[in-house]
Amino acid sequence: MEYVIEMLNIRKEFNGFVANDNITLQLKKGEIHALLGENGAGKSTLMNVLFGLYQPEKGEIRVKGKPVNISNPNIANDLGIGMVHQHFMLVDTFTVTENIILGREITSAGKIDIKKAEQQVREISERYGLSVDPQAKISDISVGMQQRVEILKTLYRGAEILIFDEPTAVLTPQEIKELIQIMKTLIKEGKSIILITHKLKEIMEVSDRCTVIRKGKGIGTVTVSETNPNELASLMVGREVVFKTDKKEASPKQDVLEIKDLLVKDTRGVMVVNGLNLTVRAGEIVGIAGVDGNGQSEFIEAITGLRKAESGSVKLNGKELINQTPRQITESGVGHIPQDRHKHGLVLNFPIGENMVLQTYNKKPFSKNGILNFGEIYKKAKTLISEFDVRTPSEYTLARALSGGNQQKAIIGREVDRNPDLLIAAQPTRGLDVGAIEFIHKRLIEQRDNGKGVLLVSFELDEIMNVSDRIAVIYEGRIVAVVNPKETTEQELGLLMAGSNRKEAGEGTHV
Amino acid sequence: MSKRVRSILTPIIAVLLGILVGTIIMLVSGYNPLAAFTALWNGAFGDIYYIGEVIRQFTPYILAGLAVAFAFRVGLFNIGVEGQFLVGWLAAVWVGVAFDLPRIIHLPLAILAAIVAGALWAFIPGLLKARFRVHEVIVTIMMNYVALHVSNYLIRNVITDHGDNSGPIHKSATLRSGWLESLTDYSRLHWGILLAILSCFIMWFLLERTTRGFELRSVGFNQHAAQYAGMNVNKNIILSMVISGAFAGLAGAMEGLGTFEYAAVKGGFSGVGFDGIAVALLGGNTALGVFFSAILFGVLKVGALNMPLEAGVPNELVDIIIALIVFFVASSYFIRVFLDRISKKEVK
Amino acid sequence: MILVPSTLLWAAPLVFTALGGIFSERSGVVNIGLEGLMVIGAFSAIVFNLFTFDTFGNATPWIALLIAMVAGAFFSMLHAVAAITFRADHTVSGVAINLLATGLTLFLVKLIFDKGETGIISKGFSKIDIPVLKDIPVIGKIFFQNTYWTSFLAILVAIIVWYIVAKTPFGLRLRSVGEHPMAADTMGINVTKMRYYGVILSGALGGLGGGVYAQSITSNFSHSTISGQGFMALAAMIFGKWHPLGSLGAAIFFGFAQSISIIGSSLPFLKEIPNVYLLIAPYVLTILALTGFIGRADAPKASGTHYIKGSR
Repeated sequence: MEYVIEMLNIRKEFNGFVANDNITLQLKKGEIHALLGENGAGKSTLMNVLFGLYQPEKGEIRVKGKPVNISNPNIANDLGIGMVHQHFMLVDTFTVTENIILGREITSAGKIDIKKAEQQVREISERYGLSVDPQAKISDISVGMQQRVEILKTLYRGAEILIFDEPTAVLTPQEIKELIQIMKTLIKEGKSIILITHKLKEIMEVSDRCTVIRKGKGIGTVTVSETNPNELASLMVGREVVFKTDKKEASPKQDVLEIKDLLVKDTRGVMVVNGLNLTVRAGEIVGIAGVDGNGQSEFIEAITGLRKAESGSVKLNGKELINQTPRQITESGVGHIPQDRHKHGLVLNFPIGENMVLQTYNKKPFSKNGILNFGEIYKKAKTLISEFDVRTPSEYTLARALSGGNQQKAIIGREVDRNPDLLIAAQPTRGLDVGAIEFIHKRLIEQRDNGKGVLLVSFELDEIMNVSDRIAVIYEGRIVAVVNPKETTEQELGLLMAGSNRKEAGEGTHV
Repeated sequence: MSKRVRSILTPIIAVLLGILVGTIIMLVSGYNPLAAFTALWNGAFGDIYYIGEVIRQFTPYILAGLAVAFAFRVGLFNIGVEGQFLVGWLAAVWVGVAFDLPRIIHLPLAILAAIVAGALWAFIPGLLKARFRVHEVIVTIMMNYVALHVSNYLIRNVITDHGDNSGPIHKSATLRSGWLESLTDYSRLHWGILLAILSCFIMWFLLERTTRGFELRSVGFNQHAAQYAGMNVNKNIILSMVISGAFAGLAGAMEGLGTFEYAAVKGGFSGVGFDGIAVALLGGNTALGVFFSAILFGVLKVGALNMPLEAGVPNELVDIIIALIVFFVASSYFIRVFLDRISKKEVK
Repeated sequence: MILVPSTLLWAAPLVFTALGGIFSERSGVVNIGLEGLMVIGAFSAIVFNLFTFDTFGNATPWIALLIAMVAGAFFSMLHAVAAITFRADHTVSGVAINLLATGLTLFLVKLIFDKGETGIISKGFSKIDIPVLKDIPVIGKIFFQNTYWTSFLAILVAIIVWYIVAKTPFGLRLRSVGEHPMAADTMGINVTKMRYYGVILSGALGGLGGGVYAQSITSNFSHSTISGQGFMALAAMIFGKWHPLGSLGAAIFFGFAQSISIIGSSLPFLKEIPNVYLLIAPYVLTILALTGFIGRADAPKASGTHYIKGSR
């Protein structure tokens, strides 16, 4: 019984879309097996099949050699399979204990025995070194503790096989190290782990073997000690991946954006932007590197007018913009490619053509005296669509029918066409395929070459290092360091992102 | 099957299903469906008088439907049409009773009063939604009851002295017309129908052709993107409720200045607001859809009055059918799935 | 001192219905149709009572309540199927329930009785003095004389519902489905099934509320029997912050307002208050509660949403 889990020739469809096409994955006992693929490749779907949330159209699953039918998560739990989700499945208003025992409650005389449950939670958490407060409400605890609760949920149900779905997406490099330790402890205690990820470094560091999925198909399984990141990346995208983008030297000129002592509170009232200072010059790309949750989102919202800033100064070409409305800021010369294109960038139920004038509809020639001029609107839309290579049946097609990459291209076209002095791009390539990513990077560099200032916020260090002319590291609401991408390393950036001093990071180079 | 064809077929299928189930209910209860539907038809079209009454009946339905539909397009659920309708009715009659002015001033003034009253009554839930994120469904339902009790109180204690009826409005404020009445064998048909049709046009033009409408529709589909694009979401939310309430208040004027020419103390709601929800839903929340849907409801309601007389069937059967139609439209997901399956077979 | 029994009389139907609303809403299904469910309950109880009084005698009103619960439960399945399985908008489905209930019950009344209202029942819930407790000095006269068994049943049921929702596994799972259905799904809980339970329980309790109302207050059934009590129960549920005991308190308060508006003219200082304020008090207070002027009232997080597997 060499394999503890076998997923053989799995096929899963959603309304005609094939998410998993004949994929085979085999997990050995006591190994950490990575499942690698780009966004949307089908990794999560495959694991949801294993966990009983979805039923496959074809294929077989074997646990310890025996064929099984996992029709719901309870059966998966009974078989010893547990899942630690990427987006936590926790009820905010419940306590840690209530979340862990949900569905497997301990009762006495019909009533939940909460004291006994808390005791059990304490025992398991001590055994595996996962510190939690059993009585705390989920809404009150940290992201790190929430993840530990997720892990405890699986252990409480006696999981032998744990599936980790992109666990490091929201952790600092330090917390990632802690998690890797936890995973190694679990292996020592006899568990087997499937690690879903698209981060090559983590795979190399912690896994024994790796199965690669691309666009729903299984590409192959490799032994990690016999491969390297470049080879893995090629398998993942299907061609030689060029890690560096072609660009000429930047020649920055005057200051376009000058931010001083910015203070912004988040929705809970915590001061998450805590005295931020930053300058962006015309003709350069400044990349903001940082782990999600250090104030980037609130910072961007404040300078685009979507969130109130407590104090500070935000000057665009010398003009004070702080706490102005989004419209005033946009019209002063700021373009913005939002982090969540579906939420903030487009009205999906509008035709793509009308989305192109989402900010400019009330100006000539698109409208006059309050009446819209659809002829002009669609004329402009058609121009932008061809100029920015937006693949769509027509300018009248609803935005929701376009692919993510084409939606993003449309948004970029719209923003760039307004000729802003400062272009803000937040996670501009999230969820896109490599072709779209290249296109977008080229456009950002093009803006910079045209003398615009570009502010890039991204969680992908590779993107930041490739595209930026200067990298500003954000940590706990402040810019803690500004470095030259050519003179730094991922390790140094990682340490800075986690809050270490520049001096600790190594002999610093000055920019 | 194109999306457009599907969006027209779906309400039609819902209506047919509603009628089908209604027929089954009649059969089970021992009534004769054929006689009932014949009576319905006769009751709606059998006489010029009936036709006049049908038009009079669906006039407020158009406006109530527009009110609900307009709010819906901006993402809001205005269940408060009943209350806005009542205050509009009261305001129109109050002006009709309290002043004596030449018709050219009096009638428009009364109508304006109704529009403003309805708009104000809807302003409150709109404001609460925009500023405090309070869900408008519950607030508008509560406002309905407040409107009912307050308007009864006003009739009893302000407009009259412990009377139950405001008394008739002055002739200078009425929507009725001797000419229309003689045309339709003395039905209560009044000029309000023209206002209703005009309102349809206004809603369509406002939403589809103006920059304000562009903003309203954006907010309705995606508040976040609208805000990002620089639109003032709160202002648009409040505005949509206000316009919705204005339509509802105008519906009240139809009854107060046209159908009844007075306002009386009420023990419960008229049902126009809830019927407006059904009308809007069936009409797909578009101006044209609301127009046709309102006509259907007018026909059903007036025709139903003939059912007990000619076929011995209680007129509540039509209320049952209407409720079923609402169910089927609301559950139209399964109708659409069914249509999808058929169209796939066609392709093969 | 008839104020307390009168308050409880008017409050009891609201309590039952509000508790029903809690089951539905905390599982994530908005139920505006409580009004219609009360109508069904009132109708079923009265009709059953009229036809079987000769058979069951004094037990009739109580058996009629059981019938009302069953009828309400069945009727609510329409809402469940529409809102849960067919993914109808919960509010629209609730509106349809109300329309259908009033239309159907009146249709049946005309079919059965040949006129627009039923006759009056011979035995409903009438005033009684609670044995033993009525003799307690002071308290006995206020609480336990000239009162109704159903009022105390309401309080008892409220406590039972609180226990179920707060202390049992069923309650925990129900709440999880209303707050984060996807999390519940991953813990192996059948979201659809729990929501059906929630709606059916709301039907049963709403029917019970209607049956109590009809048999203790109006004694017959017509189109005006239930006129707003269902919505007032909805308001009580919200004002009580979706908590069984909070809703009990809110319902008692609303019952107080209703009873004063009716008997107020016979009480010394209360007759100065214009009736209209008492009539609108429950509604205005609910609006204020929702706005946060009387503490925040937050609905279950997933209330009104459809849970569709695979929608990640």
